[in-house]
Amino acid sequence: MSAAETGPTHGYNFAYLDEQTKRMIRRAILKAVAIPGYQVPFASREMPMPYGWGTGGVQVTAAIIGRCDTLKVIDQGSDDTTNAVSIRKFFAKTAGVATTTHTAEATIIQTRHRIPEHTLKAGQILVYQVPIPEPLRFLEPRETETRRLHALKDYGLMQVKLYEDIARHGHIATTYAYPVEVAGRYVMDPSPIPKFDNPKMNMSEALQLFGAGREKRIYAVPPHTNVRSLDFEDHPFRVQQFATPCALCGAEGVYLDEVVLDDRGGRMFVCSDTDFCEERRAQGFTGTMSPDWKGEGANGGRQANER
Amino acid sequence: MYVAVKGGEAAIDNAHTLLAHTRRGAPEVPEITPAQIAGQLTLAAERVMAEGSLYDPALAALAIKQARGDLVEAIFLVRAFRTTLPRFGQSVPLDTSAMAIERRISATYKDLPGGQVLGPTFDYTHRLIDFLLEAGAEVPEPARADAGDAVVAPRVTDLLDGESLIERETRADDAPAPDITREPMEFPASRDQRLQVLARGDEGFLLALGYSTQRGYGRTHPFVGEIRFGEVAVEFVPEELGFPVPLGNVRLTECQMVNQFTGSADKPPQFTRGYGLVFGQGERKAMAMSLVDRALRAHEFGEESGAPAQDEEFVLSHCDNVQATGFVEHLKLPHYVDFQAELELVRRMRAEYAAREERVEEEARE
Repeated sequence: MSAAETGPTHGYNFAYLDEQTKRMIRRAILKAVAIPGYQVPFASREMPMPYGWGTGGVQVTAAIIGRCDTLKVIDQGSDDTTNAVSIRKFFAKTAGVATTTHTAEATIIQTRHRIPEHTLKAGQILVYQVPIPEPLRFLEPRETETRRLHALKDYGLMQVKLYEDIARHGHIATTYAYPVEVAGRYVMDPSPIPKFDNPKMNMSEALQLFGAGREKRIYAVPPHTNVRSLDFEDHPFRVQQFATPCALCGAEGVYLDEVVLDDRGGRMFVCSDTDFCEERRAQGFTGTMSPDWKGEGANGGRQANER
Repeated sequence: MYVAVKGGEAAIDNAHTLLAHTRRGAPEVPEITPAQIAGQLTLAAERVMAEGSLYDPALAALAIKQARGDLVEAIFLVRAFRTTLPRFGQSVPLDTSAMAIERRISATYKDLPGGQVLGPTFDYTHRLIDFLLEAGAEVPEPARADAGDAVVAPRVTDLLDGESLIERETRADDAPAPDITREPMEFPASRDQRLQVLARGDEGFLLALGYSTQRGYGRTHPFVGEIRFGEVAVEFVPEELGFPVPLGNVRLTECQMVNQFTGSADKPPQFTRGYGLVFGQGERKAMAMSLVDRALRAHEFGEESGAPAQDEEFVLSHCDNVQATGFVEHLKLPHYVDFQAELELVRRMRAEYAAREERVEEEARE
């Protein structure tokens, strides 16, 4: 891509960032891919959206996106949440690229807090928005200290924290941003995805890139990389289980949002991944609260997480 | 029947239209112009330039208008614009001793070469709301000096330097200064990096930290050696010319804080410096900055440390209001996926707790 190329928004370069900045970010990404799970400092730019609202993810996406890419943006699993809409519009405007809500059609998926239910394929890139990239931050606030701990592969603090959780609560009380070990070396923050999504990171065919704008860090999990959620032999890692299937599409084994229906305890559970849910409904799957609910067994027992 | 909330896009567009409408205010009141903001709300525009780290009064004024007077939002707008500008080099270090002085005061000397110049200041005004301003009363003409009487005012710290009473500040080498907006800062930071961060840091945050050092949290025994405000020429050396050419003038406030230092085994007692420099007339910010700069040098002088203002990582990581406001305000973004994960855990733990209680009760009954 030459610097002379301009995006559809007058006065700004393709995908907003200038080519020098993109080159700098790409260098950081290459380094991140070469050292899986290692947080690479980069000269994060001030973006036209607030810090904490995905500026890291936006910069990573801007650095890797090309004219032929198809972009999907999700927040909380949904394409329709305000911030997802805003970021998708930003790239539609500054890069003029095709956008989609279908996971399978996207070449780049920028996400906040979820990994799509559809298994990602080779050639796809998942870009995570990361608020606090340092998994040890809440155990040790000093950057000088945490960098030393990573360098020495000294993760005792984290082990003790998880152990104390079990001793005190009988469980590891971390339900999201659950720490993982990448390629047997670095402990990494998977961003605030529910721990339900952690297993999807392991040996994924897709490239996973993590951008933290305010904290000025980029890290990566290359395709086919071992990602292990930290646990103990007698307290193995387990993901959340939901008692009921999705009320709209009947999917089981997927992450659900709880929707409050009234002030008398009425609740319904629906897929957090809206694209996944819509696709299933289009295929004729129904749930207990679908207008055309076909009753128990109507979905032929096909489970959502069959992959 | 619940229908998944759709139409976020239309809602956002509508909200922005409403914002534009609200910004305009009552249509019977004339619309404010950026020129009015730059000319009459000058200190607001200058704060936006200082913390936006971009010297452009017209742009700062426009940003204030766009932000409906929310200065942090205006600073954010300026920063986002600044990021897109090409950088063609570094200026020659500014010579503040050659400043065209509008105000210059020293608290350490009664009189000194160049004198005490009060300039346009709120100091010594009685803070009584002036209802004449509402009525639009005429403004008296200020007294003017003759053009020939340009103030020549050497910096107070240079006067002290003649006696070696104050530490010397010299550049170690001619290497270009680092740019915190182009290279990620690592800790421990160099003093030039620290000063850059403080110069664009939030006035309120630095004010509170500076204040804390005065109340004993990292005391620095400060004296205002000098505060000066006025215009300074910016010069640049184009490679093809090899000599400096003027680019224009900027209005600056510089504060030189003079601080006690009792000396150590290998250094005689000497005054030390805290430095503050901001765009525009930003005295409060420049003073707070110089207090915090000096507090952050505690390690350098082997002083007792541990107060918040002396903690480099704490101060530098949290003084940027654009970063701070973004991260604090991001909490209003949806977090229901993570909240769901917490709900599940709390419910499970409550169920286990209830089961345990029940067991204990049963055992008690038996």
